[in-house]
Amino acid sequence: MSMNDDILAYYQKLKRKGLNPGQEEKILSELQGDRSHEIAPMPAEAKDTASDSLCSVYAYNDLCKLQNMSSPQSTYINRLRSIDELLDRDKQREKDGFPRKIRVGRMVKPGKGDRDKIVVVPTTVEEKFIHDKRLNTSEEGSSGGSGDGEEGEVIHEQPVHDPEIQGGEGSGEGDGGQHDMESNAYDLGKILTEHFELPNLKDKGKKRSLTRYTYDLTDKNRRFGQIIDKKATLRKIMETNIILGNLPDIGCIDPTGFLISPSDRIYRILSREKDYDSQALVFFLRDYSGSMHGNPTRLIVSQHVLIYSWLLYQYAMQVESRFILHDTEAKEVDDFYTYYNSKVAGGTRVASAFRLVNDIVEKENLAADYNIYIFHGTDGDDWDTEGKEFIPELNKMLTYANRIGITIAEHSNNAVKNTEVERYLKKSELLDEKPKLLRLDVMKEDADESRIIEGIKKLIS
Amino acid sequence: MKLIDQHTKKMMEGCKDRAREAGLCFEDETLEYIVTNRDLLELTPKVMIPTLYDYWVHEVEVLKEKGRYELYPGNPYETVINTRPAISFYNDNNPDWLNVMIFYHVLAHIDFFQNNLFFRHTWDDDFTGQALSDKRLIAKLRSEKGRWVDYIIEFTRGIDNLVGYHGELSRMNCPLPEDRSKRLDYYFDVFLQAVKKVKIHEYMKEINRYNECMTTNGDLGEKTFFSDVNKKHPEFEAVFKKHLKENNNVKLDIIQFLIKHSDVLKKDDNRWMISVMQVIRKTSLFFQPQIRTKIMNEGWASYWHENLFLKDNRINGNEVEFARVNAGVTSLLRVGLNPYALGMRLFQYIEDMGDKGKYDLEFRKINDADKRKKYNKNTGKGKDFIFKVRDNFCDFMFINTFVDQDFVSQNKLFVSGRRLNPAKMVWEYTVKSRKVEDYRQMLIDSLYHPPHIEIDEEKIKDNTLYLIHHFEGKPLVKEFIANTMMGIEYLWGGPVQLETSEVVSVPMPQDTSLTSGFSAPQKQEIKEQEVKWERVLYTMENRKISKKII
Repeated sequence: MSMNDDILAYYQKLKRKGLNPGQEEKILSELQGDRSHEIAPMPAEAKDTASDSLCSVYAYNDLCKLQNMSSPQSTYINRLRSIDELLDRDKQREKDGFPRKIRVGRMVKPGKGDRDKIVVVPTTVEEKFIHDKRLNTSEEGSSGGSGDGEEGEVIHEQPVHDPEIQGGEGSGEGDGGQHDMESNAYDLGKILTEHFELPNLKDKGKKRSLTRYTYDLTDKNRRFGQIIDKKATLRKIMETNIILGNLPDIGCIDPTGFLISPSDRIYRILSREKDYDSQALVFFLRDYSGSMHGNPTRLIVSQHVLIYSWLLYQYAMQVESRFILHDTEAKEVDDFYTYYNSKVAGGTRVASAFRLVNDIVEKENLAADYNIYIFHGTDGDDWDTEGKEFIPELNKMLTYANRIGITIAEHSNNAVKNTEVERYLKKSELLDEKPKLLRLDVMKEDADESRIIEGIKKLIS
Repeated sequence: MKLIDQHTKKMMEGCKDRAREAGLCFEDETLEYIVTNRDLLELTPKVMIPTLYDYWVHEVEVLKEKGRYELYPGNPYETVINTRPAISFYNDNNPDWLNVMIFYHVLAHIDFFQNNLFFRHTWDDDFTGQALSDKRLIAKLRSEKGRWVDYIIEFTRGIDNLVGYHGELSRMNCPLPEDRSKRLDYYFDVFLQAVKKVKIHEYMKEINRYNECMTTNGDLGEKTFFSDVNKKHPEFEAVFKKHLKENNNVKLDIIQFLIKHSDVLKKDDNRWMISVMQVIRKTSLFFQPQIRTKIMNEGWASYWHENLFLKDNRINGNEVEFARVNAGVTSLLRVGLNPYALGMRLFQYIEDMGDKGKYDLEFRKINDADKRKKYNKNTGKGKDFIFKVRDNFCDFMFINTFVDQDFVSQNKLFVSGRRLNPAKMVWEYTVKSRKVEDYRQMLIDSLYHPPHIEIDEEKIKDNTLYLIHHFEGKPLVKEFIANTMMGIEYLWGGPVQLETSEVVSVPMPQDTSLTSGFSAPQKQEIKEQEVKWERVLYTMENRKISKKII
């Protein structure tokens, strides 16, 4: 049992205050999970053999098996045009009275250190009458096998979080970049805004002036200036003398005979440069406690990718973002990759993340300079069942934030109707008091793409 | 795409000679192309048919999770396509010995395509040629009608997995009997029993009378027999004619039915839609046999590439590399199903059984286990036997007939299971069963099987099309029902109803182990889920779907 002492202490503290059996069970199940917040490794090259063991007989083909050819790779660029075409076609479909068919699909693993890069795959499905096999295979998959072993014997164990199979927690469908189309987040934001009719920001640019100027030695000028650019000047002199015919033999250059015209001298001079100020600052908060395992995480990260992209587009790339993960403790992580790929573990204390944001904002004095957006994703579990710690932090946050959006991805087998977070938020009546600042979106953990986008509308409109 | 060079082509021709000597049978001409990554990008969405019609969905990544092969029976990475001449695709830098191995594999596939009766309907045409003219037709229509062509393609593709493939086959493989016996059949099977409801002894008397007529009058026997019938039942001829007329029309699949009976499609402006629908239907029919013979086809090809490669004297010295590649293709998986390995082993097993004479009647009469084990007649007929299997079987028949306990035991096969162990957070793979019944059932369950949905003509009222899903224990994918029905509604031009079965309730498997605190959870037997079903009726009207329980 790997258990952090702090968590244990927190648990004991809660226990002293009194817990009902249901809550205790929940907490224990989170504690019990033998997980750690490691970061999923970079996706390995898509291997055809990775999931051989579970695919059907129809997944085999001669090209891969016999000739060892991989599936063709396509790049973003050779399909860039088609995505616009596809979306136009989709709009036309709606006008013709048929439902839309294109989904801006899976966001697959952004590369490390390259924060803007997100993989977007427009997908569609051709509906037909086919048998639904989910019912039969939900709990126990059967397949063939060969070799030794008694009936009932366990012949192999595979970790549930096997990176080879899953590609890492939180990375959505880990299905690798086989036919994926790469797009940057800005494009995705554009698509979201234009084609899914996400609202435009209303208070854009009102808060402060967009630009300021800096002066730098960037422009070049002939004949006069502040500093001579030696390399450029030499080049120019050579050019002139070649034209004049003073350089008959390249192998043996004699600079003594060169003529130097005044206009060959090239200087650098000061110039005014526009320097854009970041206008928006977005905090992405994600619960990565043990209970977030599976679908809730997938939903939250896909939604955050979409929101991130949308803001990027709205603010014409002038968005700064900070990423915060929390279980019982919150920590800030450097890049989207870590945010996206950290695995779930540990317990839950929502307030910790909000406190951290408040601290950051206060310490760095961010409220004065930025439009601040905060998006938080959770499955709604909180050990702090009453929100006693959370509500004060939230109140504080409401004083400076432009928008706080909380997404709850509910577990579908949750017997209780409202999750803890939902319950204490509603109880606090903050949602009704400040509808412009605070939004809540509750969805089921099996929500689909369109529901996620619907959710974003709810959070940001 | 370019053709393989002369040197490689010569290798191929050499392979053909050797394959023919071994008994394979295929047409002379074949085309072999080198494909690059770029070619594949264009080919795979078109299921490797270079001339397939254009359709926008081909350009989009299609969601794979939900039973992809159920939606798309065609194999997107097929090496050889079943056309005349057969076309096959190769990597640019294959060494000679590997090409030889692949050539044998490909030739066995071609042999299978051109001899297996389930491919009967593809024997007489060059599919790529047809596809090219279809592609041009669709391109021309698209230039006139614009996006509406794509809607028709979409809606027709929505029901193209329900094409009457077996109907088509039975028409080709056993032509309808002559008129003569039809009259006789009708008289004895329907007229006497259902119309006249005669007693058994009278029925027997008629049979005797018929036999007498045949013996005394020879060729004219039937005529004299029916002249008496007409005297006795003057209405017979008329009733028979009526019966012929009613039952003459062969059962139509949904696409055919729409083409024949839809009022919308009959309008002059919409006539073009029919040709689009026919293209889709034809294309779908073309791909049907492939997926129904996957295990056999790959097994057959693997059987022969192994066999012929090892005998080929041109490429001596590459046995080790061959063994490595071949093992990758044809080794049985610890967990999982490999059609190459399974099919090949089964063909080898059948050949061995055939050689020993174990499919003979004599063997079947033996009950003594020891005698059965030692039985060996050395008939040498094993090879003939597998050639017959190759001609007449599809995957289902192949598995259902030949997978027996000996086969399962010899190859140490088992049904594997996967279950979650929540304490360790691991998936456990287990040996679930080594019984042939379970193994066979598992194989059969994994085979392609589209739902059986038909039009119930008797229930068509007020221009409402009535589809009936003959339920086989598997529900339809709910999310797809609405849009599929919307497509049919468009093509039919009126409301559409679908009768199917759905789950009333599935008891959630109790995950008690999660709540049992720190103690290691006990493994528990998961009970057979008891699922309750109910019949429901979906109605699609004016692009709105509704559902009621019936």
